[in-house]
Amino acid sequence: MLEKATRSAIEVRSTTKIYGNDRASGVVAVDDVSLEITDNEFFTLLGPSGCGKTTLLRLIAGFEQPTQGEILLFGEHLEGLPPHNRSVNTVFQHYALFPHMTVSQNISFGLEMLGIDKIEIRKTVSRMLELVQMPQLADRKINQLSGGQQQRVALARALAPNPKVLLLDEPLSALDFKLRKEMQSELKRLQNETGITFIFVTHDQEEALTMSDRVAVMKDGQVLQVGKPREVYDHPAQRFVADFIGDINILRGELISTKKGEAKVKLASGFVGDAILPIGVGDISGVVNVAIRPEQLSFSNSTNSTLPGIIKEITYFGSGLHYEIELSTGETIKLRQQSVGRSNTEFSSGETVNIAVADDAIQVLVD
Amino acid sequence: MSDLSNTAHNKVRQAKDLKYQPGFSYITWLALFILYAPILILVLYSFNANRSVVVWTSFSTDWYVKAWHNEGIQSAALISLEVAVIAMVLSTTFATMAALVTTRTPPYKGMNISIAIINQPLMIPEIVTAVATLIFFAVIKKATGANGIGFLITAHTVFCIPFAYMPIRARLEDMDLSLEQAAADLYASPLMVFKRVTLPLMMPGVLSGAMLAFIVSVDDVVISLFVGGPGETTLPLYILGQIRRGVTPEVNAVSTVFLGISVILVTLIFLFGRPKSTRPEKSQ
Ligand SMILES: Nc1ncnc2c1ncn2[C@@H]1O[C@H](COP(=O)(O)OP(=O)(O)OP(=O)(O)O)[C@@H](O)[C@H]1O
Ligand SMILES: [Mg+2]
Repeated sequence: MLEKATRSAIEVRSTTKIYGNDRASGVVAVDDVSLEITDNEFFTLLGPSGCGKTTLLRLIAGFEQPTQGEILLFGEHLEGLPPHNRSVNTVFQHYALFPHMTVSQNISFGLEMLGIDKIEIRKTVSRMLELVQMPQLADRKINQLSGGQQQRVALARALAPNPKVLLLDEPLSALDFKLRKEMQSELKRLQNETGITFIFVTHDQEEALTMSDRVAVMKDGQVLQVGKPREVYDHPAQRFVADFIGDINILRGELISTKKGEAKVKLASGFVGDAILPIGVGDISGVVNVAIRPEQLSFSNSTNSTLPGIIKEITYFGSGLHYEIELSTGETIKLRQQSVGRSNTEFSSGETVNIAVADDAIQVLVD
Repeated sequence: MSDLSNTAHNKVRQAKDLKYQPGFSYITWLALFILYAPILILVLYSFNANRSVVVWTSFSTDWYVKAWHNEGIQSAALISLEVAVIAMVLSTTFATMAALVTTRTPPYKGMNISIAIINQPLMIPEIVTAVATLIFFAVIKKATGANGIGFLITAHTVFCIPFAYMPIRARLEDMDLSLEQAAADLYASPLMVFKRVTLPLMMPGVLSGAMLAFIVSVDDVVISLFVGGPGETTLPLYILGQIRRGVTPEVNAVSTVFLGISVILVTLIFLFGRPKSTRPEKSQ
């Protein structure tokens, strides 16, 4: 839990955005979303295409007006404030750099509009070029830049006016894998150096987990879960979140006792283990879905408190092995084994094995 | 064997490609000949030393010198220029405003109708517009006693608007809206967004529109004939008048200069209007 003392940079209160006339005939792009994003935070909106990520950013930037609800920037209401009066800058999905200006003219644009004096502007522009590591390209035209360079210019342009909050709409999706990795750490570094609150949009779960302080998982305009990457990864509250982030096993089970977030669950195969209940959810009982990460499973010699199964398929993935194992119930379960030296026991297809489950590995899902 | 398959292959190609239909190439050449031969002859005989426009004697530029010093031609050219320049500026201004409203505001009720109304003059026969304008202006002139070249300029401005509108609108539609949003995001007020981003980016379209309006105005006969008062003889009208009295190579010379200006302007329109992407290249 975050302390109360931390300042909230952006507060989204029960905000809904409907494109069109009403809920029935229009598109509900953002559906009753409430979020509090803390000052200095690297906050990520994660979700599949069409879930409303861009719309939420556009509401914050002022390009769209909420159908319902309110948005606050450092405690100040943003209703009715046009985009050019909001101390929020955006890095657009396709950069939207001005093609008729040079790199440095692009970067100085926001500063000029703020009426900052020429000497100050020149200083800031060269500092920004330094920051994104391309001072030698100041006088290039935009169409003479590579994709990665355009990306950096877009960042520098948005950072130059020193906004209170920076919105980044899938800024890395157009880059190839290697460049994307590079830019990820670059973004992280920039955020640390500038201390500006970043709201970052992506549909890449790995990107979200590695970069963010906190992640909000979205689906169909709703925020399903907000938390630190570790929390969201280890304790997904809903099946969608579990499925969307990383590889996971979903099994049927029955809750046999619950108290204060602790529970015992009995899997279909008869295995009984401790389970974690989703946070902030009322009473659940009976038959539920539970989620277990493949890396939380391991092979065991004991038949005590383990799941018996038969290995169906083994895949080598570089840093380890991936097993598909059929349980006695007919369910298939994934097990991931990191290769640590050569100490791992080698198994082969068709072999009967016993699977042990790590402590706190069983997460009960809401649906 | 291979010959056979070759012809079969050709047949397939012919069937697919209209260019290879029998007789089409003759029609093409005939059309090009009818279109361009008269122009070539006109240009050629403007350099004829003889007075005749059918018998060639030797090369000379006398007719150009003569035309240049002809006061009738001079004043007609000046009137044409005055009317065309003013009509160009006014119609391009109105067309730009119309194009902005029809591409840069959220769709409003009646937007499609407005677009249709702007383009409608292109569909109405020019003679109808001419007669209607003549009568309309006659009423105004009678009621107010006003007179002068302003009426001709107004008529030209009006029929030039749709021509100027088309390339400007096309350009605006091609421009990525996110550029203007980026400017607004970077603290530019609506006026500054227009000055610093929209206007510079739409300029090629505006220039094409302006030049198109200029050509259409300079070229006009029918409306000028009906609306133009005494002493408001534009160049095409002057040429028309001359031809009634028999063609001289002087007319050829004037027409050739006219043609040259048109070709230059059309080339410029083509160069400016070429779709140049306003979006930065995306990398994959
Ligand atoms: N201007 C608009 N008018 C009508 N519907 C819209 C508009 N913009 C977005 N939508 C709809 O709203 C929903 C959310 O769109 P949004 O662009 O916010 O999704 P997104 O999460 O950013 O997706 P992506 O990852 O593909 O960019 C989608 O169903 C989309 O079709
Ligand atoms: Mg989007």
